[in-house]
This record gives sequence, C-alpha cells and structure tokens, in this order.
Amino acid sequence: MEKIAVSLNHITKTYDKGKVLAVDDVSLQVKQGELFGLIGPDGAGKTSIFRILTTLLLANGGTANVAGYDLVKDFREIRNRVGYMPGKFSLYQDLTIQENLDFFANVFGTSMAQNYELIQDIYDQIKPFKDRRAGKLSGGMKQKLALCCALIHKPEVLLLDEPTTGVDVVSRKEFWDMLKRLKQQGITILVSTPYMDEAKLCERIALMQQGRLMSVNTPDNIVKDFPAKLYAVKSKNVYALLIDLRQLAEVQSCYAFGEFLHVTLKSDKVDGEDWLRHVAERKGHEQVLVKLIEPSIEDSFIRLMNEEE
Amino acid sequence: MKVLRFILQKEFRQIFRDKTILAMMLVMPTMQLIVLPLAMNFEVKHVQLAVVDHDHSSYSQQLISKIGASGFFRIVSMEDSFLGALFYLEKERADLVLEIPLGFERNLVREGHEKVAISVDAVNAAKAGIGGNYLNTVIADFNANLEINQKAIIAASSPQDQIDITYANWFNPRAEYRYNVVPAVLVLLLTLIGGFMTALNIVREKEVGTIEQINVTPIQKWQFILGKLIPFWIIGMVVFTLGLLISWLVYGIVAQGSLLLLYSFAAVYMVAVLGFGLLVSTYSENQVQAMFIAFFFMMIFILMSGFFTSTDSMPPWSKVISNLTPVTHFIRVDRMIILKGSGFDDVKYEFLYLICFAIVLNGWAIWNYRKTN
Repeated sequence: MEKIAVSLNHITKTYDKGKVLAVDDVSLQVKQGELFGLIGPDGAGKTSIFRILTTLLLANGGTANVAGYDLVKDFREIRNRVGYMPGKFSLYQDLTIQENLDFFANVFGTSMAQNYELIQDIYDQIKPFKDRRAGKLSGGMKQKLALCCALIHKPEVLLLDEPTTGVDVVSRKEFWDMLKRLKQQGITILVSTPYMDEAKLCERIALMQQGRLMSVNTPDNIVKDFPAKLYAVKSKNVYALLIDLRQLAEVQSCYAFGEFLHVTLKSDKVDGEDWLRHVAERKGHEQVLVKLIEPSIEDSFIRLMNEEE
Repeated sequence: MKVLRFILQKEFRQIFRDKTILAMMLVMPTMQLIVLPLAMNFEVKHVQLAVVDHDHSSYSQQLISKIGASGFFRIVSMEDSFLGALFYLEKERADLVLEIPLGFERNLVREGHEKVAISVDAVNAAKAGIGGNYLNTVIADFNANLEINQKAIIAASSPQDQIDITYANWFNPRAEYRYNVVPAVLVLLLTLIGGFMTALNIVREKEVGTIEQINVTPIQKWQFILGKLIPFWIIGMVVFTLGLLISWLVYGIVAQGSLLLLYSFAAVYMVAVLGFGLLVSTYSENQVQAMFIAFFFMMIFILMSGFFTSTDSMPPWSKVISNLTPVTHFIRVDRMIILKGSGFDDVKYEFLYLICFAIVLNGWAIWNYRKTN
C-alpha cells in the first residue's frame, strides 16, 4: 500500500465565530510523491486548507496528518518537514535574494550548500540577480525565489497556494515544469489554482466549491465521469441563442464558454447535433454551428457546481 | 541560540538598510536636544502693557517710569480712556492694562490708600499670570518706597521687623529652563525609539505577510520577540549616549550623579518601553493602527509625565495616572541624577517602579501575543 503524505479527516473551519463557513467537512488523502491539485474559484476555501496544513490556523473540527505527524500535537515536527509558499509574496523585500535564502536556510538549521542540488534548477535562473533586493524583482522571479525558499530545507511535503496567480503564461508553464522535476525527486506537492487548464497537469485533483469537495479523482477520470454528451454551439448572435436555448425544455444546461455555448440535453439524443441546429434555425438564428465535443475539467466543474445547487 | 543570532543579523541588516529611519534615529536626538530646550521657555519677558493715567500727577508718573524701568514691561501705549486701552488688549497688542484713577496722588497722601486696576488678557495663561504677578510686585515695591510709608516705618522705628526675602535656586542656580528640559528630552527619545519603532517594525511583518513565512519555520515565538527587542534596545542605548554627549557639548550639562546608575535606569526603562511597543503591536493589524495607538498613549505619557508641568501640582487623580506611566518615573530620576547627583538610595523606589513596568508590560504583551496564534 502506498504511503499517505497528507490526510485530512472531516476538517472544518469557520470564521467570525461560526458565521462564515470556510471549510466544510473536508476529507482528503494525498499519496506520497503525488502532485495533487486543489482546484476551485476564489473563496472556495483553498487558502484556509493550506493555512491549516501549515499549522498557521487551527481547524474547528477534524484531524489531519502531514508527513505522518499530527497537525496539532506535532506542529513543530511538521514545520521542519513542510515547505510553504503562500499566495502572496511574503519574503523580505528589503533583503536580497541571497540574504533571503541564507536566512531561511539558517533558521531551518541548514545551509544553501547542503540542499543545493534540490534548488539548483530554479536558482540558476535567478542567480544573476542574487544581490538584488527581493522587492525589486519581477513577478516571475519573485515566484522562483519563493519556491527556492520553500525548498531550502528539503521538505517532504511542498504546499503551494496559488503559485501561478498573476504570473504570465510563459512563467506559468516553466513553473509547472519545475514542479514535475521536483516530483521526480520524491517530494509530495499539494498545489492550488483557480485555473482549470492547470488542473490536467496534476496527477489527481480535488474540485472545491464553497468549502466543500465536489470530486476527487484524476483529471482524466473526472472528464470521463461527465455523464452526458456535450455540444458546442455557435451562431451569429450568441447571446440571443443562449437565451433561446435556455428556454427549451429539452436543454439541461447551457452556458457561454469562450466564443461557443456549451450545451447538454436532458436525454441524450442520437442525432443531438442535428436537433440543436434545427431548433436554432427555427428560432431564426443564422450561421449556426454545432459540434459534439469532449468535456473539459471546467465543464465538469460547472456541472458539479450546478448539481450541488 | 544560533537561530536567535541569525534573526538578529537579519534585523540589523534591515534596520541599517532603511536609510531614512537610520537618519531619523540620529537626526532626531540631535535636533530635539538642540531645538526644544531653546524653544521651550516659560520665562516671561517683554510683557506688553497699556497704561491709562487719569491722574497725571507726579506720583503716577513715578509709578509708570518705575514699571518701565523694571525691564519686564514694554509700555505700548498711554491712553486717555480705559476703552482705548481695552482696544489694545482686544487686538492682542497689549497683555495687561493698568488704570490709574483720578486723584491717585491726592488720595494716597490724604487718605493713605488708593486702588489701581489691572486688567489681564488671560488667553495666554502663563503670560497673564506671571505678568500680573510682576506688575503686582512692582506696585508693591513702589508702595513700600512711597514717602509716606517710609515716614511711617521710621515713626515706628523698628525697621528690623520687616522680613526681607532673598532666595537661591539649588541645582539650577540661574533657574535656566534648559537644565529642566534636557534630561526630559533624553527620556522622550528613548520612549519614541522603544515605543514607536518596535511597534511599527513588528506590525510591518504582519502587514507585509512575512510573519506567515516566519511562522512556518521552526523559529519560536520567544526567539522572534527577542530578535525584535534586542536591536532596538541597543539602538536606544546608543541614542541615549548620543543624547548625553550632545547635552554635554551644547549645553555643558554633565551628569552630577553616577553614569552607571543613569545607564542602569536607561536599560530597565528601555525594556519597559519595548514591552509597551510590543504590546501595541499585538493589538494592531497594520502600521496605521499601531501608529495611532502608540501616538495616543505617547501624548498622554508625555503630557502627564512632568515634562512640561510639575507632577506635584497635579490634582490627586491625575497624580495617580501620572505615576502609572513609566515616562514619569524616568524623567524624575533623570533630572535627579543629572542635576542633583542623586545616588541609588534616593531613587530606589523609582527603580522598583520601572522594573514593575518592564515586567507588567512585557508579560502582558507576551500573553497577548500567544493568544493571537
């Protein structure tokens, strides 16, 4: 049996004396060496889970284990074994790259030289600027520095809270490549992101919404579990088409997705494409285009979200 | 201990990197010590006086020239009517109005007594009170030297009966205000560095979010707190030394008492105000809040501490408040040691007070710091 690196059992967290429910009875297991994604919109409770797992926040209910240690009882052990990169850049802006790295290495009782091979890949990219103050770095470089700092003490579990939010597309891609290389070194990585397109880069993902887990599975299985046929529909006037389609009794869901509308029907028809085109043209829409498509993670997410409601 | 060393290294790096703050810490004591004692002066000179003389007699002329010659008053106008003189008072061109009634000389000679009226602009309380007193003294002196009174004394033939008062100012022979202010400004400097700088520094870590990153490391709370307090304690002592040097170079004020005693007090006092700064930081989320809370208490501390007004003349309830601020005790001791040369035996209760403050403020701060995660 595989070892479990992170496990949450019925974790609940409320704010404002119980008025705001941020994390609602979440149970989750992340295997050792896994690249696990927490996917959900802002306010889904991702950051709360990270803050609980990094021992910054106490849960109101439930228990959790990180790297085999109890979250409450052995929080000191956990702090030595976890690398955390918060969503907001939280290193010392008035210290240089080198000083930040040295400081965090030192307080963990290690040195940069000791774990150099772990961060070498990433550090090489910011090395030319090592005497520049962290506050003066670009967003992408800040993010690399933060990742280096989170790795400096060779953690068993890496917790990354929205590491790619506000970072350009190229840097995002680079960042995910770095994560894959880190995974090969045996580090368990728990990463959160609001971007659905990053979900398929994870081995397993959990879809979160309003503090609850809606689904935990591999990205492929989540897509495979999509229970209906999905059609992409487009016409000259997309907005009018959206309104018209939503009025139809046979249409189960219809929402805008890029330049297309994504439509599912209540009962799968053999000739769904023809039927939709026919209906749209009868309503007077021009240049109607209908095609059967593979659902994406985002489609699954929207569907699960609607089911919850 | 090794961890603490790294934290201290980091703190000093950050402090020395912030050139504005560093400059302020050096410029502030210099400026405050040079400017404040010169500017803050309660001595009243040049009281503006408007005179209404209805009598125009030789006695009234004598009185007016005596007042003019005293050196404290500047006679800005001679008016025919009280209303005319009141105009000067209203326009703030005069602080006092002296009205000499018609028949001043005649009544003095015939009846043996006469009244004059003094009207005072009480908006500037210090000037009004002191100016009024001066004028009273001059008039009393004039009164004593009047021919008729002199005759009366000779008639009684017992000039020894009169008690003549002379006085000397101890510890500050020329009653110079700067001797009073300089030791107090030294205390103010330590208070600002200890209270403000620590509070703002700790809260900044909260505001920027770096405290999150610190909290996920094995750094323990006491290490973090000591890492914040020790640098400012050292800076406080450096600034105190700088302040003593400036007061010696600029004002020639040298501590009469033992420097060791003075420094022991400064050391304990610094711990107390650092505790205050830490306490403020635990109650605030951002630097603006910390600034306002610290400022609120600083105002009370400074106004109630005997910096400007003597604590002895306060009503009992405010004496209690005054004793509950650490600033009061250190200002008192500072003046005692620097000006009077008091020894430990004279100030041992103040020492106890300061130790209590240090324990209570730090204890409270640490207790509250624990509670907030």
